[in-house]
Amino acid sequence: MNIVVCIKQVPDTTEVKLDPKTGTLIREGIPSIMNPDDKAALEAALTIKDNFNATVHVITMGPTQAEAVLREALAMGADKAYLLTDKAFSGADTLATSTTLAAAIRKIDFDLILAGRQAIDGDTAQVGPQIAEHLGIPNISYAEEIEITDGEVSVKRWYEDRYHLVKAKLPCLITVLGEMNTPRYMTPGGIFDAFDKEITVWTRSDVEVDDSSIGLKGSPTRVVASYPKSLKGAGEKKVLDTEEAVEYLLGKLRERGII
Amino acid sequence: MDFTLSKKHSMAQTLFREFAEKEVKPIAAEIDETERFPSETVAKLKKYGFLGIPVPKEFGGQGCDTLTYIMCVEELGKVCGTTSVIVSAHTSLACEPILKFGTPEQKEKYLVPLANGTHLGAFALTEAGAGTDAGSQQTKAVLDGDEYVLNGSKIFITNGKEADTYIVFAMTDKSKGTHGISAFIVEKDTPGFSFGTKEKKMGIRGSSTYELIFRDCRIPKANLLGQEGKGFGIAMQTLDGGRIGIAAQALGIAEGAFERTVAYVKERKQFGKPIAAFQNTQFVLADLATKIEAAKMLVYKAAIAKDTQKRFSTEAAMAKLFAAETAMEVTSKCIQLHGGYGYTRDYEVERMMRDAKITEIYEGTSEVQRMVISGAVLK
Repeated sequence: MNIVVCIKQVPDTTEVKLDPKTGTLIREGIPSIMNPDDKAALEAALTIKDNFNATVHVITMGPTQAEAVLREALAMGADKAYLLTDKAFSGADTLATSTTLAAAIRKIDFDLILAGRQAIDGDTAQVGPQIAEHLGIPNISYAEEIEITDGEVSVKRWYEDRYHLVKAKLPCLITVLGEMNTPRYMTPGGIFDAFDKEITVWTRSDVEVDDSSIGLKGSPTRVVASYPKSLKGAGEKKVLDTEEAVEYLLGKLRERGII
Repeated sequence: MDFTLSKKHSMAQTLFREFAEKEVKPIAAEIDETERFPSETVAKLKKYGFLGIPVPKEFGGQGCDTLTYIMCVEELGKVCGTTSVIVSAHTSLACEPILKFGTPEQKEKYLVPLANGTHLGAFALTEAGAGTDAGSQQTKAVLDGDEYVLNGSKIFITNGKEADTYIVFAMTDKSKGTHGISAFIVEKDTPGFSFGTKEKKMGIRGSSTYELIFRDCRIPKANLLGQEGKGFGIAMQTLDGGRIGIAAQALGIAEGAFERTVAYVKERKQFGKPIAAFQNTQFVLADLATKIEAAKMLVYKAAIAKDTQKRFSTEAAMAKLFAAETAMEVTSKCIQLHGGYGYTRDYEVERMMRDAKITEIYEGTSEVQRMVISGAVLK
């Protein structure tokens, strides 16, 4: 069984600071890590490998320094690593990213693709499902449990106030929640081996895809503004009888110019 | 000459740091307070291969180098002196001598389970009358058919009651002095092998420090480690390596106390400003940072020397001497910067100073290190 895990290198913070003038991320001085949801996806793949005869492939698209997360994945127990890197890929939004990744994954003989739910630097949760669309395979998102049985997967999928139990035939793609598991540590020997292993580097000429669908050209998304998540205030609580309450509410709505 | 860590060493350091912070630090104060051996941590150390880092893979280890191993001891030492010495004693004092002096059969039977963490190891040289004067061994081993019969006792043995495999030194021919000492591999639960008192210690209180007692303890002749009469040399060469581990432990303790103190002086206010704003604080921290950096250079250099040179006794002795005395000075001054709070068990620097003291004593006191170094200088 061949499992492909899509991973991304992200800045190590859940509170990325934004440049107030440009609205872009300030990346200086922030160490890079493997995206936490992706690490959970890798752990899920390694758990399957612990129990079945599986080969775990990890793939990432990014600058050359993204090699670090591939080495980390190898040190945790992944078998093969692929780095998609080229200037032609840069400036990609989720669509161009998923198009490029899907084209690369087609070159690998896969049975199952795992990806993190979303990356902490963008929070879009789009790349995984889009890869499934490009490849024409089923997608199950928000997985909390994955069970493999005879060419099928059963997934417990989180859905706000309930769970869905979803079954699909392989091949398929699953996006994994960070809460699904606690990723294993690397081992010291695993680290030494990881640096002896070859990482397959794929550039523009290695993937079959139109120029118009990759990089900045293939990215219809335009970021208008970025802002950090902010918590809503606690609100106010009033205990009034019905008529008073109606008056109070109308007053507040008028005050804000809503009515 | 390059002082930067390679990418793989840097990644290993990140691993050890994360493991220490998440798995070891949370229980460090509790195991100190209750003098409890952290078995749950040892299980995790086993799971992630931390109990055989420098041992080749063919013998169950991780196949890394000494630098990687001592960085593990250092990072553990930053948060917990006890956990740090468990790894150091096991790796340097039990795995290493079997790796270096063991027969293929001994390696298969004893080194593999030690290096993969299934078994824990201990090293038993010290006796009531044979501390720094390690040559004055009273424990005897007499060959009787296919077995040696051991009689005597050992004290202050790290991992004492928790170990499965013990490297034990005994006199096989008293008339030959140190040339009459031999080394043996002894399994726990061998009839005639029992435990005496548990030491009540100032520091590294979670470490299992016991007296070992041998009364007509019969061990197979096949468990003689190295040749008969070569035990003293085996002990001394083993301790050369062990000293780098203890030096790394001391370095870690110093760094741990220093990190906590830097955070504390930025928060603690007196006379209307953080105490970090006072020149006394700044100058003390500057001196400590410099000594820690110097200790680190000596420890890392000794680790690299062990992998690249035939003899590294002097490097190891210098590293241990300087790192241990640095740990004692740093922890003491860190408590001073904490003031009264630093003297209480609510602050980790208190434990760290108690843990630091032993690094000046075990695996060769600072005085022994000075003997080794001056011997090399004056030869």
